[in-house]
Amino acid sequence: MVQNEIGNHSLAGTALPVELARQAETLAEHARREGLDFYPTIFELFDTDQMNQIAAYGGFPQRYPHWRFGMEYERLRKQHTYGLGKIFEMVINNDPCYAYLVRDSAFVDKKTVIAHVYAHCDFFKNNVWFAQTNRRMMDEMANHATRIRRYIERYGLEEVEKFVDVCHSLENLIDPHSVFIRRQKGRAQRIIERPAREDRPDRATRFPAKEYMDRYINPPKVMAEEEREAREQHERERGRLPARPLRDIMLFLLNHAPLQDWQADVLSIIREEAYYFAPQGMTKIMNEGWASYWHSTIMTNYGLRADELITYAEHHAGTLATSPGRLNPYKLGIELFRDIERRWNTGRHGPEYERCEDMQARREWGRGQEPKGRVVGRGSPGREKIFEVRRIYNDVTFLDEFLTPEFVDEQKLYHYRFDPATRRMVVVERDFEKIKRQLLFMLTNHAQPYIYVLDGNYRNRGELYLGHRHIGVDLDIKYAVETLKNLHAVWRRPVHIHARIDDDPILFSYDGEKSTQQKMDKTVDPPANVLN
Amino acid sequence: MKIHKDHQRFRQIVRGKIREDLRKFLTRGELLGREGKHLISIPVRGIETPHFRYGDNSDAGVGSGEAQPGDKADADGEGVGPGGTEEGHHILEVEISLDELADILGEELELPRIQPKGKKRITSEKDRYSGIRQTGPESLRHFRRTFRRALRRELMAGTYNPENPRIAFERRDKLYRSWKTVRQPQSNAVIVYMMDVSGSMGDDQKELVRLEAFWIDAWLRRNYEGIESRYIVHDVRAGEVDRETFFRIREDGGTRISSAFKAARDLLENHYETSEWNCYLFHFSDGDNSSDADSRECCALLKERLLPGINMFGYCQVASAYGSGHFINVLHEHLSDQDNMITTRVNTKDDIYDSIKAFFSKGK
Repeated sequence: MVQNEIGNHSLAGTALPVELARQAETLAEHARREGLDFYPTIFELFDTDQMNQIAAYGGFPQRYPHWRFGMEYERLRKQHTYGLGKIFEMVINNDPCYAYLVRDSAFVDKKTVIAHVYAHCDFFKNNVWFAQTNRRMMDEMANHATRIRRYIERYGLEEVEKFVDVCHSLENLIDPHSVFIRRQKGRAQRIIERPAREDRPDRATRFPAKEYMDRYINPPKVMAEEEREAREQHERERGRLPARPLRDIMLFLLNHAPLQDWQADVLSIIREEAYYFAPQGMTKIMNEGWASYWHSTIMTNYGLRADELITYAEHHAGTLATSPGRLNPYKLGIELFRDIERRWNTGRHGPEYERCEDMQARREWGRGQEPKGRVVGRGSPGREKIFEVRRIYNDVTFLDEFLTPEFVDEQKLYHYRFDPATRRMVVVERDFEKIKRQLLFMLTNHAQPYIYVLDGNYRNRGELYLGHRHIGVDLDIKYAVETLKNLHAVWRRPVHIHARIDDDPILFSYDGEKSTQQKMDKTVDPPANVLN
Repeated sequence: MKIHKDHQRFRQIVRGKIREDLRKFLTRGELLGREGKHLISIPVRGIETPHFRYGDNSDAGVGSGEAQPGDKADADGEGVGPGGTEEGHHILEVEISLDELADILGEELELPRIQPKGKKRITSEKDRYSGIRQTGPESLRHFRRTFRRALRRELMAGTYNPENPRIAFERRDKLYRSWKTVRQPQSNAVIVYMMDVSGSMGDDQKELVRLEAFWIDAWLRRNYEGIESRYIVHDVRAGEVDRETFFRIREDGGTRISSAFKAARDLLENHYETSEWNCYLFHFSDGDNSSDADSRECCALLKERLLPGINMFGYCQVASAYGSGHFINVLHEHLSDQDNMITTRVNTKDDIYDSIKAFFSKGK
């Protein structure tokens, strides 16, 4: 059933027609003059159905075969059929950058999207969270596809698919903040050992004593006993696995689970792809905000012909539209960038401004200092600042640092919550602190729970023990139970996760046959590491 | 295209899961009321990939707009929060076409395809809104397009005021939706459902009938381009009702089954020429007819007037605490030589599976 189809069925779009290519070059010149710095960008045109296909593959024309992409494709196709959404553009973080445009859109739409793409590409190239991503991912993805196809040929579709399903179930168990730590590759490498203690840990405590008193103050029998205990303790710690709580559970499995070579390779492929996509999840608001800021700036200053204005305005407004209960990342991002630019142009930052409690004075602050006329590139303090922001922030730090009560007020943000009585989402309040906390919570770790490996040799029986760091919200029990089963499929020994449910610490376990849960008490052995 | 392989694989998995659960769907009302015109949404277990994720107490979020505390924040029926946006967290709803569902039913029950009789294809005309034109009734005005033309005109004329952005439409701005007439194949099959609604038929019995009728519908619709359904209820008298009433109506009193057969006869004679139409008659009752004389009349009606022209008459007897359940025996006694009559007994929901199988295993 599976044939080798490398190279023949790959999706191919068409290059831009001459006039559009010329426009793209002009827009690129404007973008460069404005200070955007991007990889060479290759544009291709696709029809809507092809766009849906590529989007289902996460933007890549080549992915390994899996039904999940088919499911996503069906969802996108349906969404398009019902008029609920249409994909106009896709950009791939790659050098050269690939960008896909939908063929049957107005000329002005294509120009807008091209300007938008250059800013995305600038963001990929310059934002520090992307610094460690593979810029040859296009080839790498194709490579992954080839490898997994080969395994399917050798081991059968069902077998490989089943294992890919398991890996997908665990794919969020990575540590996206570890991009700056050199990620370890390969299963041969061991987890970093805990640094050896400087003092002799296996030595018992000896109290100072005069020689003739020594055997009373430090009785040899007790000393020997203590020494033995200390040595055992040291041995235990030395053999502790992992040496400290570890978030990159996929890596831990790669290094320590009893996997066949092909399984280890599949797991490493899915882990690598998860790491590649992680920064995009961490910078959604910034990235879309930045791209919208620049397509708006470039189009309104240079790109628009008079007869294109209305179409442009309609589509730009559509992109930034908000609806109840929905936070539009494009809108939040562009407004926050503009707010930062305005604040830095008018000096509304720093201790002096922060301390000022006179609302009138705050409102009037720096009035008249705004740059006159058109600013190009980094030609104003505000522009200087937003270029710095796009370089070193991610969504969490971006909002944490720059969200102000004035901004929340101006954008009419509110906090809503599920109301069990009416079974609907209900607006709760407009309190700045609450809104900010909620936003940050939604973005922290992409709203994924923090899970750590605490023990890879639990109870000295080779069992795997995970822990959930509780930051206000419980784990979903049903999902946790199902995920444990998949974890067991990799670890092949009993697996446990320690989580807090309704304020009670609970240990969920799966031993290959049945799922159990028990309240944590003294009868439960502690794991090698604890979460503090 | 590669995605089509992945898509096919996904559909294959979905079909497999539905097939596994088919007996459950056949015996529980889960699918009732979920069907649209062509599609049905089916809850499918075990397709979604589980992750360690937050539970329900994270259902909160941030929105924007003019709302006051206490207002609903989910006009779209959902919000964005860390808990995800899907309704029903644990079961994925998959839409499949009614035809596909019927195919799964057919595969699972090993039903042969029906050979329709009558070659004649009847077509009917239908209007479909698909274009835009300059003239038309105001009710069909395309607001967005009209607005854009008016805005452009006012911008060019210099009458647009950004401070007071009011746009007045003129005759030449206006655009209207227009329609095309398309011909569609029309049905050449009819199902006549008859149900005993006398005092002895309770809610449980009607639930059985509803489920049975759902699957009968599904299978016959798969086999004909289009199909009409008619509904007759009876106690001592019979009358035609609409679908909603059919499943809800509750009467008291006795049972005279012949009244329903007479009503069906009249319906077929007046509207459905049996030489052109594929006719299916189904009768649901607890089998407690009021007199033997009436039962004999029923047999005569069936034998002489109904059975000769139609594809099939299905009699489905549901168990009831009150009824004697004798009617099915009468039918067996008098009409056992009629091969287009099929009788089944449905005592509990578990019997629906076999009942459907019995009705359609002959491929009529």
